[in-house]
Amino acid sequence: MTDTKTLALTAAVAAAVSAYAAAPAQAQAQEKCYGVSLAGENDCAAGPGTTCAGTSTVDYQGNAWTLVEAGTCTELDLPDGRMGVTAAQLEEWGFNGINRDLPDDASLTEDVLNQYITPERLAELRS
Amino acid sequence: MIVTQQAFRAALLDPAAPVPEGLTDPAGRPAGRRFDVYRNNVVASLAAALETGFPAVRALVGPDRFRALAIAHARARPPRTPLMMHAGADLPAFLEGAGLGSALADVARLELAVRESYHAADAAPIDPAALGRIPPDRLENLRLGVAPALRLVPSAHALVSRRQAALEGSAQGAEDRPETALVTRRGFDPVVTALAPSEGVFVTALARGDPLGAAVALAAAHDPVFIPAAALSALLAGGAITSLETESVP
Repeated sequence: MTDTKTLALTAAVAAAVSAYAAAPAQAQAQEKCYGVSLAGENDCAAGPGTTCAGTSTVDYQGNAWTLVEAGTCTELDLPDGRMGVTAAQLEEWGFNGINRDLPDDASLTEDVLNQYITPERLAELRS
Repeated sequence: MIVTQQAFRAALLDPAAPVPEGLTDPAGRPAGRRFDVYRNNVVASLAAALETGFPAVRALVGPDRFRALAIAHARARPPRTPLMMHAGADLPAFLEGAGLGSALADVARLELAVRESYHAADAAPIDPAALGRIPPDRLENLRLGVAPALRLVPSAHALVSRRQAALEGSAQGAEDRPETALVTRRGFDPVVTALAPSEGVFVTALARGDPLGAAVALAAAHDPVFIPAAALSALLAGGAITSLETESVP
């Protein structure tokens, strides 16, 4: 009896593991991409308590992000030579956003803006 | 006379209540209209939080009716915590109490579970191959650690497809069957998967630390032809298994 059970369990576990391996490309991994959201369409939605979703007011706002498929952030075709940048890359360089396309907002003090990378510097670092 | 917090709060949640006595504006004049504005804002923002937090329930009952329900709920069951991410924890029971049926309440429970999953701590999933390498004689007593973002919502209704149809704005098929919704989160966004009730029993047992063999036996008591492969596969795909603990057979 125990042997039958063990056999059944082994088969089930093997089936689960191979089903996982065979699954057609797992839901694409996503990453945060700054400077590419259209106004009002930035991410971070999960109901109340996450007030930032949909709060960007400027197209391609430099301090708003959208989830995109991993690896596509810097490939996105944006108008007027704008470039997107991943959250991971910004963090690595020590910035919190991009200093372009920002709303007219009193909370964007010089201190805050100093944490945003300029488009010129971004272009340099990217090249 | 100075208004007490208790009187102030009671009047906030009761639109028919008179403005509490003793409220004045900076110039010392009675501030009744200011209180009315505040009273309105409190309830309107609580209702808006429910509208954001329960999009599928809102679609199922209709926006106008949901707004009315949300306002009634905000007044009857004000939040127990100031954290807005927990807003609406009492809504499922409130919907049932309002005679809207257990199916709708279960969809609300699922929406809450998705939100909880979103806010739960991150956890690194195991490499699925590690599960395949466990020796067969250790499987019976294998215990799985599960991710904090794992949630289960058992239901007598097909709540996963109901929620999906509501969010897509499509009509729901006629078929209703008992379902357990499995919520997993690999990365940023929670994913909802429909499980058979016996699979729900199986995953519930695993999540509370039952060994694999015992969890299968519990599920088999619900469904004699239960096979754990699909549920295990869903857990692996959702990154919901975070550790494997084997122990030798006693």
